[in-house]
Amino acid sequence: MASENPTSSEYISHHLSNLTFGNHPVNGWSFAGGEKAAEMGFWAINVDTMFFSILTGVFFLWLFKKVADNVVVGVPNNLQNFIEVVVEFVQDNVKSIFHHNNPTIAPLALTVFVWIFLMNLLKLIPVDFIPRIATELGIPYWKIVPTTDINATLGMSFSVFALIIYYSIKVKGIKGFAAELSLQPLGKFFIPFNLFLEIVNLLAKPVSLGLRLFGNMYAGEIIFILIALLPFWIQWVLSVPWAIFHILVIVLQAFIFMVLTIVYMAMAHDEHDH
Amino acid sequence: MNLNLTIIGQAIAFAIFVVFCMKYVWPPITGAMAERKKKIAEGLDAADRAERDLRLAQEKAADDMRESKEQAAAIIEQANKRANQIVEEAKDQARQEAERIKVSALSEIDQEVNRAKEELRAQVAVLAFAGAEKILEASVDQKAHAKLVDKLAAEL
Repeated sequence: MASENPTSSEYISHHLSNLTFGNHPVNGWSFAGGEKAAEMGFWAINVDTMFFSILTGVFFLWLFKKVADNVVVGVPNNLQNFIEVVVEFVQDNVKSIFHHNNPTIAPLALTVFVWIFLMNLLKLIPVDFIPRIATELGIPYWKIVPTTDINATLGMSFSVFALIIYYSIKVKGIKGFAAELSLQPLGKFFIPFNLFLEIVNLLAKPVSLGLRLFGNMYAGEIIFILIALLPFWIQWVLSVPWAIFHILVIVLQAFIFMVLTIVYMAMAHDEHDH
Repeated sequence: MNLNLTIIGQAIAFAIFVVFCMKYVWPPITGAMAERKKKIAEGLDAADRAERDLRLAQEKAADDMRESKEQAAAIIEQANKRANQIVEEAKDQARQEAERIKVSALSEIDQEVNRAKEELRAQVAVLAFAGAEKILEASVDQKAHAKLVDKLAAEL
């Protein structure tokens, strides 16, 4: 697929493949993409996704830590001002949605928002730039946007899911949590039915959370790739409006992920009246 | 599109980032923001208080000004009165002094007149004697006629 003149479908599937490192049944421990990566099964890792997600995460923490170390109470400089705007935005959202006392939620929301925003932002890099450079360097696949990899979004959403379970049990106790799952909405004579409904409800949270982000980003990426198939002199007619529109989508999806995370945390902390 | 270990790797990275953010990023920034908020509130408070103080001070200054103007006016009035009084007193004194000087001058004039009369009288006697002598061509016994001459002089 890194051949000189790929067909359209080869081009598209190349750009949608992660560089995966794992144990291939035929080739052994190796890097691969596409079909071969699928054959590696679960015990393989998408190197490009991990690389860029950790890069953006480290950049986020480096930037914010730098500001936090040099923070001044008096007149803030431009960078601190900007960071404070972001922090205050997150803080206001947390305050308006989450009414319990838990010092973890606000930093969690900040991390979710900024990290996902930065990962989404990578999408505005033209689709061919980095894969092309990677190809020149001899790397066959290199997908740069971690949020277009379902593993990344589900990884985050199931971390949120783990926190939902953890705080539900911590706040309500195992009994309280079990009661919440089994005694509503229909009372104690319908426990199996209630349990089924509530567990579906519970599982739907992380799945929808992860798939929403993935779906938006993946669809946007496909559009960019399709636009990139056009002759180079006409691409800007479509890619520029789409990129401008995507500036909105990028922030919006990061925001939605953050707000839903806060909402789920608030629900985990809410005691129901029984 | 295949699920693999990345999902766990991403979850681990996520957990590490959240913990780092919670420990080292969130507290200092929000702390500074809260402190600045407090400072601004205090500053606004202080400004309000200062404004009120200023207004009070201005009122007090205006009061003081008015009071001192009144006092000054009273003092000037008093001073004018006193000056008039002094002038009047001085005039009185001057008049009295003038009166006194006039009286003493008059009495002195009287005395002078009297003394001149006395002198004149004495000289008239002498002149009378000399005239009589010339007329009589003889000496007049002064002792014998002194009584007569004194009588004459007294009649002058």
